[in-house]
Amino acid sequence: MTKSDLILRLAEKNPHLYQRDVERIVATVLDEITAALARGDRVELRGFGAFSVKQRGARIGRNPRTGESVRVAEKSVPYFKTGKELRERLNAS
Amino acid sequence: MSETITRAQLTEAIYQEVGLSRNESADLVESVLSEVADALSRGEMVKFSSFGSFSVRSKTQRMGRNPKTGEEVPILPRRVLVFKPSNVLKNAVNDGSYDLELDEPHK
Repeated sequence: MTKSDLILRLAEKNPHLYQRDVERIVATVLDEITAALARGDRVELRGFGAFSVKQRGARIGRNPRTGESVRVAEKSVPYFKTGKELRERLNAS
Repeated sequence: MSETITRAQLTEAIYQEVGLSRNESADLVESVLSEVADALSRGEMVKFSSFGSFSVRSKTQRMGRNPKTGEEVPILPRRVLVFKPSNVLKNAVNDGSYDLELDEPHK
């Protein structure tokens, strides 16, 4: 399923909405999550899962082609933990 | 201070952005999440360009250990969800800024 598949599905189920509004709804949800993570906030959607930001410390990496050591600066990465209900649904049946 | 965003804030954002009632905004947040969850439960991959993709991975059985008792127990085959953030999302998180205005919503 892609973003446009999701938009079509939601539009089908909500015939009273303009497709343009459905597009904005989907974009707003994704944008809000992105903006929250950029601020370092956590997004908790009970039953679905939680998005958070994890810190990765600086480390010495290696250029796999040359074998040369390179310094890798510390960074923040987005992380998603599946919610209990969704995890159970994945394994139902 | 880091805060926690929940369905309530997503609902509020839709109410502000799209101008639906708060009730309907809340219903639509729920619909978005349940459509995604339904697709994943069917084993489908869900891809949101410039956000990231969710995929379902099947794990085979392996032996684990109860850390409290040291007893060996089989970890049964199961399906797990993996989220792979897009480069846009990774950069937003790393730079600590994401301009909602500059983003094109209709992609």
